[in-house]
Order: sequence, then structure tokens, then C-alpha cells
Amino acid sequence: MKQLKAEFLFLCTLVSCNGQYSALNPAGSSAKIIADMFWWLFGIAILIWILFVVLEFYTVLVRPGPHKLNRTRFLVIGGGALFPVIVISISIYFSLSPLPVLVKAAPEGSLTVKVSGAQWWWRVKYPLGKEQEVELANEIWLPVNEPVQFFLSSEDVIHSFWIPSLAGKIDMIPGRTTKLSFTPTKTGHYRGACAEYCGTSHALMHLDVKVVERKVFNEWLEKQKQPAARAATPRSQTGEKAFVTSGCISCHTVRGLSTMGQVGPDLTHIGSRHRIGAGILKNNTASLHRWIRETGIIKPEVKMPAFDMLPVDEQKAISEWMEGLK
Amino acid sequence: MEEVKDRIRQEEEKRLNKAWRVPSGWRYWSEVNNSEVGMWYTVTSLAFFFFAGVLALLIRVQLAVPDNNFLTAEQYNQIFTMHGTVMMFLFAIPIFEAISILLLPQMLGARDLPFPRLSAYGYWCFLLGGIFVCGSLFFGAAPKGGWFMYPPLTTSYQPGVGADIWLLGLTFIEIASIAASVELIVGILKCRPPGMRINLIPIYAWYILVVAIMILFAFPPLIAGDILLEMERAFNWPFFDASRGGDPLLWQHLFWIFGHPEVYIIFLPSIALLATIIPTFARVPLIGYSWVVLSAVGTGFLSFGLWVHHMFTTGLPGISLGIFSAASQAVAIPTGVQLFCFLATLLIGRSVKAVPMLFAIGGLATFVIGGLTGVMLAIAPFNFQAHDSFFIVGHLHYVLIGGSVFPILAGIYYYAPIIIGKKLSDKLGKICFWLVLIGFNVTFFPMHASGLLGMPRRIYTYSDDMGVSTLNLISSIGAFILGTGFLVLLWDLLRPKGKLSYSERNPWKAGTLEWSMKIPDRMWGIRSIPMIKSRYPLWEQPNFIHDVDNGHFYLPDAAEVMRETLVTSTLDAKPVQCLRVPGPTFITHLAALFSGGFFIFATYHWWVATTISGILAMATIIYWLWTGSAWIPEKEEKDVGLGVTLPIYQSGPHAVGWWAMFITMLADLTAFISLIFGYFFYWTIQQNFPPEDSVGPGIFWPVTGALLISLSWLLTKLAKKLNNQDKAILFYGILLLAVFCSLAGALAFLAGPLKYQMDPTHHVYEATVWILVIWTALHAALGALMQLYCMARRLGKKMTAKYDADITNVSLYESFIAITGLITAMVIAGFPAAS
Repeated sequence: MKQLKAEFLFLCTLVSCNGQYSALNPAGSSAKIIADMFWWLFGIAILIWILFVVLEFYTVLVRPGPHKLNRTRFLVIGGGALFPVIVISISIYFSLSPLPVLVKAAPEGSLTVKVSGAQWWWRVKYPLGKEQEVELANEIWLPVNEPVQFFLSSEDVIHSFWIPSLAGKIDMIPGRTTKLSFTPTKTGHYRGACAEYCGTSHALMHLDVKVVERKVFNEWLEKQKQPAARAATPRSQTGEKAFVTSGCISCHTVRGLSTMGQVGPDLTHIGSRHRIGAGILKNNTASLHRWIRETGIIKPEVKMPAFDMLPVDEQKAISEWMEGLK
Repeated sequence: MEEVKDRIRQEEEKRLNKAWRVPSGWRYWSEVNNSEVGMWYTVTSLAFFFFAGVLALLIRVQLAVPDNNFLTAEQYNQIFTMHGTVMMFLFAIPIFEAISILLLPQMLGARDLPFPRLSAYGYWCFLLGGIFVCGSLFFGAAPKGGWFMYPPLTTSYQPGVGADIWLLGLTFIEIASIAASVELIVGILKCRPPGMRINLIPIYAWYILVVAIMILFAFPPLIAGDILLEMERAFNWPFFDASRGGDPLLWQHLFWIFGHPEVYIIFLPSIALLATIIPTFARVPLIGYSWVVLSAVGTGFLSFGLWVHHMFTTGLPGISLGIFSAASQAVAIPTGVQLFCFLATLLIGRSVKAVPMLFAIGGLATFVIGGLTGVMLAIAPFNFQAHDSFFIVGHLHYVLIGGSVFPILAGIYYYAPIIIGKKLSDKLGKICFWLVLIGFNVTFFPMHASGLLGMPRRIYTYSDDMGVSTLNLISSIGAFILGTGFLVLLWDLLRPKGKLSYSERNPWKAGTLEWSMKIPDRMWGIRSIPMIKSRYPLWEQPNFIHDVDNGHFYLPDAAEVMRETLVTSTLDAKPVQCLRVPGPTFITHLAALFSGGFFIFATYHWWVATTISGILAMATIIYWLWTGSAWIPEKEEKDVGLGVTLPIYQSGPHAVGWWAMFITMLADLTAFISLIFGYFFYWTIQQNFPPEDSVGPGIFWPVTGALLISLSWLLTKLAKKLNNQDKAILFYGILLLAVFCSLAGALAFLAGPLKYQMDPTHHVYEATVWILVIWTALHAALGALMQLYCMARRLGKKMTAKYDADITNVSLYESFIAITGLITAMVIAGFPAAS
């Protein structure tokens, strides 16, 4: 088993240097259970397949001699019925016994995160004391070794919340709230993607997940709670002003500036995120500028119109200002 | 003496020839005989296979490298939707119906299937619907909701005509599929040769019987779902809109109640081909015949209880996950039995080397990989990761190509001598096999890895940091190797074969009945319908071919120059009727054209054209039935040879028409039960169902409706009796009363929701009541039309006291409608009152 796993992992590394999306690179309690289960199933499946093919070739190549009917009956009943019954009974027992753990809710008092899917991004909400929440988008941070409870919903069509390295996927269905809980076990940067076909840009709905120590997590959440700092330099003031006058605030909230926009992702701390556009472009001024100018080219049929009619300098000022919203 | 016999034989053949002559020139296309229709059907579904294959290559080009822009997102989404849709609905199901229509009569020693015009109608519907659905791609208007069409993406978020084309175009094709399955079931149950008792039925026919019955119960839930989804798209009835009480998951249930059996509907006929081919090359009868039959039946049953494993990630409770997980794994057991019966047959037998065997052996080895990953996926925890990832794409292609396409290729090489009279090339066959085998594995094996590395399905692009670029490039290279393999097959099929000599008779030395055909085959099919005493008559019945050829069995002659075949009893195959089947006609084309018009115009919401087309379709079908069914024969009985005299006309359970009605109504009732399932599904997921601010249809009108419809049924039964007693006046009177009751019942059902002004767009409750009421009312109205038809038949001297098939079948129809009416009333009036 170990040998097999090592060889396969070698093959994996050969084709992928980067395991941020990999279900075989588990960093969460659920993903670990499933990855271990996979290796067992994979090994057994290979064994059974080899057995079958050897048997198949034997039956084809063997010269027919006198055969006892009893022996064939043994083959059919033994190989066709008894063998699968035994294998499947064992497999049902071992594979379904972890199921309760996988679908169990996190203990009372655990961190809860609400995520809702929308075409084609993720709205993320962390609780702030009682009945208060802070809204973020497209990036989730989790403290390591602490159970987390996700509440998942959808704002339009069906999406599916999948961070392969941490846990299996759960669908986000309009009119329902689905749940997912697990414990991240390794710090690191992981990524996820929408797994349910959700329209034109389904391929461009990704998610960044950071698993960090509790202390780092607290610092991060504290920072995210704060409103955005007001623009201080003339250049950033130009950006901020253009952001308001161009109408961006009618869709996007930047806490401290305007909380009117609820349609699009919250941009209060956009500069602190790893990627923009729901996990598709590296976060830097150039990308932000490109996004403002070529929105629909980067992400077909996205709701946000391209703001290529703004003077180029204004586009640049906005992106520089946004990049500063750390 | 010999000379006289020879002359008699020649006279017989002349008459047979005349009866079964294929029209020439442009009238060729009016032929309805199974050999021609089956051939067109096969060629058409293969054409759709190649079309969808080209779409697959486009997909692989787009995914060959990261961030590719060979296709736009919009194009890619249309193409992957069409690839799945065409492969499933225009290739995988039709090809099995095509092969069965083509070969079953030969396997059963019948001259034709019982309803040749129904086969032809089904074919023309399939062709028309297929071209309509595929054509949309060239106008950029193709469906793009995936072959699974999940709402609400496909309701409010895709305003174009694409989703309507999918819903209506495919409903049209599904109806044609159900027509074909009715034909196949009745064919297998009633058109077997004398002596072919239930334990001697060819293994292929057993499988087809199982699969056709599965279609009967699997397609109607999808048709019901299609109706609901289209009602939401066209008229804003909120079946899947969560804000008005609807639920997107209802679609998923209905879709997968169809979709899972669908997998076995595709897989079992191909396994049936293997079960026919393997014994031939092993030169021994199939080992474990009854085991294989029971396994096929068992797989069919089980397949209806597994659909939830397509929904493991929708947040269902753990207990459902566990139960459906275990049930899904259990299906490996009957599958294992079938495979091991094949292995046992090969073990005992000689295994002659031949191209069909290559495909059979390669197919089994490939399929087992898909079966094993299938067992893995049935395990809910593993499914949480693998679901909707490329792992699934790998798995499903191993199952469908290994379990279905390989056996079909084996079948093409195996049956070529019967179908085109010539053997295909061994050399090209081998090249094709190796290219397909290697190309297939290179394409699809890496997908298991890319899925587990985090690549979701149905994405039009991916970035390099996903870490799946190399794997995808390998898959794309494999796809082109695979494509080359299919090109070789295409060349082998299409290359000019004029110089090639005809194959010898029974070139593979098979033991099954279809190989008693002369090559090239004669239009009349089998020379005389044999008495069967074995599963492998060519091996085990002495002098068999000689006796068939010399007309020593049944129906060696067509004395009245009419197309005739034998009908036998269901279980023990005792001859009960000499059935006359109708010949060439263009009426089926018109019927298909108008039925197609009905669905196609509805797609564009051209309601006037839709209505006109629907009425014309109805009129054409009535004309078709009027002229082409239940002919009153010139004599009661006829000598069919071997001293047996059989009636020419039958009604009731001995008649094929009665069976067709019964089977069709089972499918119809299944669609209705699916709608009822919807009602109770909403009830289980909602606190208040019916909601407080909704009004119901009351109790009076639904109950009145149900009583009137039931009364109409009783009156029809009475009218049937009066017809038998030749009391004409009373017959007309009572039947007229029945017509009145049917129509009044239909109106009474509609009156309930109308009187209480139920608004179907307000909440899913109102919409559900309306849909049940409309369904019932339409069926009752159709019943009235049928009752009028019976009156006209008697007036037109097409039906008499003795020859009463029409009223017998309508009475059967009415009994189903009475059940429908009673259930509707109980649900819409009784349920809210009781709860």
C-alpha cells in the first residue's frame, strides 16, 4: 500500500508541482479520512482488476479439455456472486463507518462561517459577537486544529462548495441552507472551486483558503472588521473619488466609504486578498486595472460592466487606491 | 414428385416476394419493414455518434492547454451540453432500439415486428427531432444547461431558446423511444416462433425485454419533469422556484429516477450482444442462462433504487446516504454474475479468434475498470470528493465505452454479414480495435487523476496553477488516437465493397436463429417460421436450415399476397393468430412531421402553429389507425401449415394491439405518478402545504369529475358488451353517454381550480393542482375522442359484433383514465381535507 502510494504521489508531483487544489494532499480532518479511504479502494480495485484480466486471458487462451460442470458453477457462483458479496460487505462496513463523522455538525461554540454562492463569486460572512457579521468575499481564513461549521446557501443558481484539500464538496441550493464541518489540520494556503455547473463562467469561480495559527487568525479577523482607511494621498483620493463618482458604490460596499452596494463583492479590504475576480487573477494593481477595463473579457457574462469608458488615468487611480485597501 | 414440390416452392416464393416487395424509386422511403427501418435507424444513430464524437474532440482541443481560447465559454458550454445530450438521447438509446428493430425479428423467426408503421413513425420522429436538436448548435442557439439541465440555472438564468429546444425536442424523441419500446416488448412477448417457450427465448431478446420495460418506467418521470420545467419557463409556474415554494431538488429526483436506469438501459443491450457473441466463438451454449436472465432482471429492478447516489452532495441526511450507498454497491453482484457466466462460457468453450471477440474481451476488461470506480463512487464519503470532478468523467466513459461502445463495435463486426451481406475487413478491424483501446485509455485514465487533483467537471478553461495541465494534454492526445480508431471503422463501413463477394451463410458457425438467414437476405425474412425446441436451433435441431428453406415449417406461403407473421401465446409460445401487418405508407411521415411541428413550434412559443400542428397530428394518426389497424379479414381462419389453422383477427389479451395499449398506459400512468410524487415531495419539504394563503380546488368539483370519468369507463364496458350482442342502437346510445361523461368529467376537473380562482403563478401548490387537473382533463378528453372513434368504426363497418378490437382497447384505456381521475381527486380534494 505504502509503496503504491509513494509511486502514485511521485507521478502526481511529476504532473503537478502545486497541490493547492489536490484532494490527495489532505490538510483537513474530512479530506484525510477520504484520501486514506481512496488509497485503500484504489489498491483493492487494482488487485481485483488484475485478477479479472488474468482470469479473462486464461479462459480465452486455455485449450478446452473436459470440464466438470460443477467447477464452472463454482466459478460463476464463487467469482460472480460470492466474491462480490464478500468484498462489498467489507467495503460497505469500512467505508460507511466514517460517514457519521463526516456529516456531523461541529460542536456548539465552534467558529461558524456563512458562505453563499452567486454567479460567479462567493459571499463570505464571519460572526462578530451576537447577531453581527462582517462580510468579506472570495477568501476564507481558518484557525488550524479548530472545528469550523459552514452554512452554505445560494443567491441564484446551484453552486457547490469544494475545497479538495480540506473536505468533500456540498452543494449550495437556492431555498436551502446546507452544512459542512471539518477541522483543518495543517496550516497552509489551499484553493477551492465551484463544482456544480452554474452557467457561463462556472470555470472562473474559485476560492482562496488560508489555514493559520489561532493568533494569526485573530489578527486577520480583527483587521477585516475594521472599516477601510480613508484615502490620505492626493493620488489615492483621486482613486477613491473616481470609485464613488463612477457608480462603483451602487454595487460594492467599502465599509467606511459607503455600505449602499450589496450586489457585488465587499471590497473593504480588497488589497489584502490573494486574488481578485473570485480566485482567478493574482492581486496587483495591473490585474485590478485589467479587471476594471476588460471585465467581461476576463469573465464572460459577469454582471459587472467594463469601465473602459473611464479615462485610463482614472482607471489606474482606482486600481492603485484599491490595491492600498489592505 | 420432386419437380412438383419445386414448382410449388417457386410459386410460394413468388407470392412472398410480391407481398414483401420493397417499393422502388422515391417510394422506397415509404417502406415500413423492420429490415429497412432498422437499417435507417442504425445508420442515423451512428451518424449522431460521429457528430457527438466531433464535439468531444472540440472539447479536448479547448482543454489541451491551460487558459486556451480556442472556444469561448458560451461555445464550450453549448458543445459539452450537446455532446452529452446527443450521445445519450440520439446515440446510446436509439442504437439499441435500432439494432433490435433490425435483428429481433430474425432472432425470433418473425417476418416483422407487430407494428411496422409504429417503428417507422418512431424513426421519422427520431430523425426530425435529432436534426432539430443538433441543428440548433449551428445557429449558436443550442442548449447550454448541461445534459442534466438543473434548474434554476435552466429556468430564469438562461432566457434563450436553447433550454426549450432541449426540453421539447427531447420529449419528442423520448416519446418515439417509448413507441419503440412498446413495439419491442410486444414483439418479444407475442411474436416468437412456436415452441420458443419462455426458457428458450434468445438471451438477447431477454435483455431487450428487460430494457424496454425499464424505458417504460424510466422515461415517463423525465417527461413529467420536462413538462414541469417547460411550464415554468413558458408560463412562470414556480415548480422549481424556491421563493414561491418550489424546489430545484424535485427536478434532480425526477431526472435521476430516469437518469440512473438510463445507464443500465444503455449498458444491458450491449451486454446482451456479448452474451450472444461469446457463445458463438466459444462454440458452446451460454453457461448459466437462467443466472444471466435473473441477473439482468435483477439489475433492472435495482437500477430504479439507486438514483440518489447522483445527489450525495445535496446535503441529504446521513441515513439516506448510507442506504443508497449500500444499494448502489449491491448492483455489482448481478453484474458480477453476468461477467462470470461469460468467463465460464469461454473457459469451457474453444474461443475462436475473430475481430468481434477482440472487442468483446477488450470491452470487458475496460468495463471492469469503470465498474470498480463505480463501486468506489457508490461509497458516499469518497463521492463527496469525486462527485462533479473529472474523476466522474473518467468513470462514466469507462462504463459507457467499455460496457457499451466496445460491445456495439463487436456487434457491428459480428452482424455485418447479415446486415450488409459482406464481412468487414479483419485487418481494418484489428487496427480499429487497437487504436480505440489505446486511444480510449490514454484519454480517460488520466482524468481520474485530474479529478482528484481538484479539476471540476464542465469547466471551459483552467489555469496552470491547478496542476492538471500535463494530464489534460495527455487526455487530448488520446482523444485524437481514439478518433482515428473510429475513422478506421467509418472507412471500413463506407469503403466501396462492390467487388467483395457475399459472405457465406452463417460465417461464424453460430447456433442462434438469426443466422439461418440467407445471405444476401430475402425481403420476406425467414422462408418458413420454424418450430423451436432449443436455444441454439442451428446447432441442436437436426436438418434445421434445410427444413426452414424448404418451407417445412409454418407460413411458407403468402396465399393472399399479404404481409403475415405468427402471433403466439406469451409464456409457452403456442400459435394463436396469423397476424397481418400493414405495408408501405407515407402516412407515418405526415404523422411524424405534424407531431414534430407540435413540439418545434411550441419551442418558439408560436401557439397557433402549435395548436394547428397538434390537431393535424391527431387527425393523421386517426386516419392511420382507421386505414391501417384492426382490418376485418375476408375469412375467419387460415391454414398456416403443419395442419394448424389460426384465426386472422384477435381482440383482447390475445391481440398485439391490446398489449400495446396496456403497455403504453403503464408508461402514461408512470408519468402521472411522477406528477403525484411532485405533490407529495413539496408536502414533505414544506411546513405548510397547502400554504395558508392559497385556496384549494374544493371537494365537490374534483369528486364529481372522478365519478363522471369512472362512469364513462363503466359505460364503455357496457357498450363493449352491447356491441358483442349486436344491439346497435343501445351501443350507440350508451357510448354517446360515455362521451358525454368523459367531457363533463374533464370540465368538472377544470371547474374546481377555476371556480376558486387558483393562480398557478402564485405558489407551487396552485401550479401542482393545475397540472394534475389539466393532465386528467386532457386524458378524459382524449378518451371521448376514442369513444367517438369506436362509434364511427361501427358505423363505417370497420367494427362488428365479432371483430371488436377497437372498443376492447378503448375500454382498457378508460380503465386507466378512471384510475387517474380517482387518484387526482383523492390527492387534490381529499388530501388537504384530511391533513
